[in-house]
Amino acid sequence: MIGTNRYIGSPVERIEDLRFLRGRGEFVGDLRRDGMLHAAILRSPIAHGRIRRLDAAAGRALPGVHAVITATEIGAVPRIPLRLLPLPGTERFLQPVIAADRVRYVGEPIAVVLAASAALAEDGVGAIALDIDELPPVADRRASGRDGILLFEESGTNLAMQFTATLGDADAAFRDAPYVRRERFQTQRYTALPMESRGVLAEWDAGRVRMTVLGAAKVPFFNRDTLAAMLGLAPADVDLIENDVGGGFGARGEFYPEDFLIPFAARHIGRPVRWIEDRREHLTAMNHARQADCEVEIACRRDGTILGLRGEVFVDLGAYVRTNGLIQPRTLAQFFSGPYRVPNIRITSMALLTNKTPSGTYRAPGRYEASFFCERLIELAAGDLEIDSAEMRRRNLIAAAEMPYKLARLEPGGPAADTECDSGDYREALERCLAEFGWVDKRTLQGRLINGRYHGIAVACFIEGSGAGPKETARLELEPDGTVAVYVGSAAVGQGLETVMAQIAADTLGIPLDQVRVLHGSTLYLQEGYGAFASRSTVLGGSAVFEGAKVLLEKIRTAAAARLGEAAADVELVDGRARTSDGRSLSLSELAADGLRVDTAFANNNRLTYSYGSAAAHVAVDPGTGHVDLLDFLVVEDVGRIVNPLTLHGQAIGGIVQGLGGAFMENLVYDGNGQLLAGNLADYLIPTASDFPRIRAIALENHPSTSDPLGVKGAGEGAIIPVGGLMANAVANALASFGAMPNQLPLSPARVWQMGPMEGQTSP
Amino acid sequence: MKPAPFDYRAPATLQEAIDLLAAEPEALLIAGGQSLMPVLAFRLASPSMLVDLRRVAGLGDIAIDGGGVLLGARVRWRDIDDDPRLQTAHPLLREAIAHVAHYQIRNRGTVGGSLAHADPAAELPGIAVTCDAEITLAGAAGARTLRAGEFFTGPLSTARRPDEIITELHLPLWPRNRRWAFQEFAQRQGDFALAGTALFYDEDQDGLVRNAHVGVIGACDRPQRLTEVETLLNGHAVGEGLFREAAEAAAQAVDPPDDLHANAAYRRGLVATLVARGLRASHIRGR
Amino acid sequence: MQVSFQLNGEPVEVDIEPRMHLADCLREMLRLTGTHLGCEHGACGACTVIVDGAAVRSCLILAVQAEGSSVVTVEGLSSEEALTPLQAAFRKHHALQCGFCTPGMLTTAHALLTEEPDADADRIRSALSGNLCRCTGYIPIVEAVLEARAAYRKSDKP
Repeated sequence: MIGTNRYIGSPVERIEDLRFLRGRGEFVGDLRRDGMLHAAILRSPIAHGRIRRLDAAAGRALPGVHAVITATEIGAVPRIPLRLLPLPGTERFLQPVIAADRVRYVGEPIAVVLAASAALAEDGVGAIALDIDELPPVADRRASGRDGILLFEESGTNLAMQFTATLGDADAAFRDAPYVRRERFQTQRYTALPMESRGVLAEWDAGRVRMTVLGAAKVPFFNRDTLAAMLGLAPADVDLIENDVGGGFGARGEFYPEDFLIPFAARHIGRPVRWIEDRREHLTAMNHARQADCEVEIACRRDGTILGLRGEVFVDLGAYVRTNGLIQPRTLAQFFSGPYRVPNIRITSMALLTNKTPSGTYRAPGRYEASFFCERLIELAAGDLEIDSAEMRRRNLIAAAEMPYKLARLEPGGPAADTECDSGDYREALERCLAEFGWVDKRTLQGRLINGRYHGIAVACFIEGSGAGPKETARLELEPDGTVAVYVGSAAVGQGLETVMAQIAADTLGIPLDQVRVLHGSTLYLQEGYGAFASRSTVLGGSAVFEGAKVLLEKIRTAAAARLGEAAADVELVDGRARTSDGRSLSLSELAADGLRVDTAFANNNRLTYSYGSAAAHVAVDPGTGHVDLLDFLVVEDVGRIVNPLTLHGQAIGGIVQGLGGAFMENLVYDGNGQLLAGNLADYLIPTASDFPRIRAIALENHPSTSDPLGVKGAGEGAIIPVGGLMANAVANALASFGAMPNQLPLSPARVWQMGPMEGQTSP
Repeated sequence: MKPAPFDYRAPATLQEAIDLLAAEPEALLIAGGQSLMPVLAFRLASPSMLVDLRRVAGLGDIAIDGGGVLLGARVRWRDIDDDPRLQTAHPLLREAIAHVAHYQIRNRGTVGGSLAHADPAAELPGIAVTCDAEITLAGAAGARTLRAGEFFTGPLSTARRPDEIITELHLPLWPRNRRWAFQEFAQRQGDFALAGTALFYDEDQDGLVRNAHVGVIGACDRPQRLTEVETLLNGHAVGEGLFREAAEAAAQAVDPPDDLHANAAYRRGLVATLVARGLRASHIRGR
Repeated sequence: MQVSFQLNGEPVEVDIEPRMHLADCLREMLRLTGTHLGCEHGACGACTVIVDGAAVRSCLILAVQAEGSSVVTVEGLSSEEALTPLQAAFRKHHALQCGFCTPGMLTTAHALLTEEPDADADRIRSALSGNLCRCTGYIPIVEAVLEARAAYRKSDKP
């Protein structure tokens, strides 16, 4: 198909690593400009209220403080638009770039202080006099649904949007079903928590009328256009530059208020301005995620065949609809059934506004939650019907012969209303997982008390829809020094983009890897681009690079042929030189003067391609403490085609550990006044090196994608999907003798303890 | 999260440090800074001045003799780890300190800092109270010694006056054949304990429990000795039945907080579990 | 206030506010930005540097407290030319993705292996439990540190 394939499929060590290992990365906090000022943001300490008084005089008077910017200085600016699913009605709930009169969550920006240092800016924030008349907060989704107190009075409701996923006739299926089980489940509010918090460095060039913003990530082109509109500039007058990014996971890179406030401040003051988010503000400022609860039911035949799924899901969206805030509720509904054959579905998903930090996407948004809900239901049904957990999955997995398999139709769904699982053999991955895990042997441990701990095992299956369209762009240019520069519209968020794209380009062209240089993300490089989300970079970006490299190869061969007086068909590119059959050759740098370059894009008509897999886990529960020891975790995923097995494995392990954090310990707890109680990293707990040392991941490439020329499917989000449901089912099975019902995440020690014998509480 | 501004002094002697504290009522002491620096970062405190003990000599020693173990206030967790004498001179202290925080913090955090910060879930205050330790302070009015049980007055509160500096912690002599245990449960390694227990007793020639000391951390507003449990144990024969009774009594004797990590019912159950496991472990140990 | 200390083997002198922590002093005054700030309250370990041979959180030390000390940052762990065995092991095992926690992981591992070249997997995990990583899931980091032990066993300094 292409070149030599000596890099694609190889565990190539990452090019990016060299600078990171030396401490030479360039994250936005590492950058500075002459004359730069530092910004700090005054944020609402109250969850719901009206600003009665904002007096910045004392702040402005502090030595070292250069300005305090409020809504007064900013004036009228469009609200932050939705990047995804801008459905009619959502315009009522968009977030303003700064609070003018009303505040709707603790952490909402109210003023920006500019000073000579970050410490002085923080001093300035502390000196501003702020009085807020409190309004009763809408503390949770139940209060929200009563529509008693409204966050947006003119809209008349707190229901931001409702989605319904439908297939077949759910009511008929449930009416006639021999077995029905109905339950309530809940996932908690938590967050992506990249290790690098956010930051923006903005420079305004008044002479050239040009705004340059560093610290961009994920979707720089959309954000550039949004910012330009807000500043009254043409998109061509604004550059968003992506530097090194300390993790994104879906949360970083969306357009936040600070993405306007800091550039505005730079233009207002006429000096570069840098803002670096601190961790405390990060926990109230960056997108929250995942909080949902549901009441759902499953209908089955006595042999375990699933007939239907029906129910209602409630998402606690927070105070505004953010740029991608509706993805979680819509995906939860449409993918509720996961990889299972469910002929009759009706799931309604409601996004409700509350006085909390707004939420958005976080790695496999909606899918993690759906998998928890669905896998719990399936496990309960399996138990009631006395069917082995693995057999229950086996019977209900979509079969290879059924591909493409249509999932539930989503309304309102727009172009993505319908989707189908495109290719693959889901059972093959399940069988491989069970065999590697040792399911048959480990089954004998189910529910047993061994050395003071209760043992449980569980299995779960998942699909990952990847490669969200519409397209991705690339430009390849032959440089004077004979290297090939590859500019991609994809963004790097730590996933190894530079290396993976280089592997594809090098193999396609047939040149050594070190002759390829990948530049990404910045609006400087390309006219348009789409970015890194929904595990699309390799699928779409990689395909764009692949197609572009093929065209560039032809151009190189043609140019060399002209110079050497041969036909292009007689010229091959071997080890970086254009060679004829009789041994004459030209180096690439000799050809560079011909100005060889290709601008390309790859579009997939918004057709998702689905990775899939299964995961199994073995836990031991300590009834005295509620601690869950993860003795073994195995995931098997078929990703279509593996470009770099090293980085792919890293995505799986990393995703699983994030999922485990959500399953056991991460929790953005709010009190009844809308105050975030988990406001620092001593209270918001993420996994550490000693928590989950036994995790295995196996990648398969047995069923390449038919949607792109490389055959790849996305692999950034699959492994996290089944973790919540898997852990809950394993704990349920371990504590089955106590009728444990782990229907709520996280499975904190206190919660798990309460499901067991509560040893210590009763006398012997 | 930068602190509010403050002045800084690093006096050369203890008396200079005391004089600075006495003269500047809004000043705070800093030693390792592992507890204080986060407080300053969150602007939960805005001292006018920090008085750093880093240059004051004589506070960093571990002295072991027939009277017991004397820890200077600037002794760090890693100094306790690194001192092999403590394996026999005070194994309970050593075991408890192994649970403190993380690798980097252990290189800086100090005995005096931990006592002064008085977190209800911290290990060293728990050891101090359980072992009837004595805390010596030096201040403008001179030096005084307090028993650990009187020193801790509430969550993050102690009897230390603003001008006083903790200089040393004294743990009574530890007999070689003592039965002891330290049990703690935290969500992750190095986190503050959801609850923990330090306990010891001596066995007389008839195999009866004597001199029982049972202390708990994380389950009350300060480290606490459970005298009801000690009374229950003393004079009785060791065995599973006694241990379970003691565990049950421990659960009843504590009044734990509800917080975002756990509720009171769980903490009671956890205390019972840890006391039972501690007693079983202590029974095996020292044979 | 004036502060003088040794930084990666060279003497430095800076004039800073007492409230500036060592991490900010390194990053903003001395322009060594390899030491990262992930939380500024001593919970994440991204800011770890080596002071007088011991791994410490540089956000929990005031710059003025570094007076007279020897400070080693991630930049001081290697030369321009080659990666150290520890760095090479990180690369080989894909022990970094976004790279933000990496300097803290390297300084902590270096300090640990310098003192304890025979540290086993449990000890390594325990020592690294104060360094948060959100990308890798830690397993490749522990593998890399285990492999790097060989270099520390051979001599005092790799």
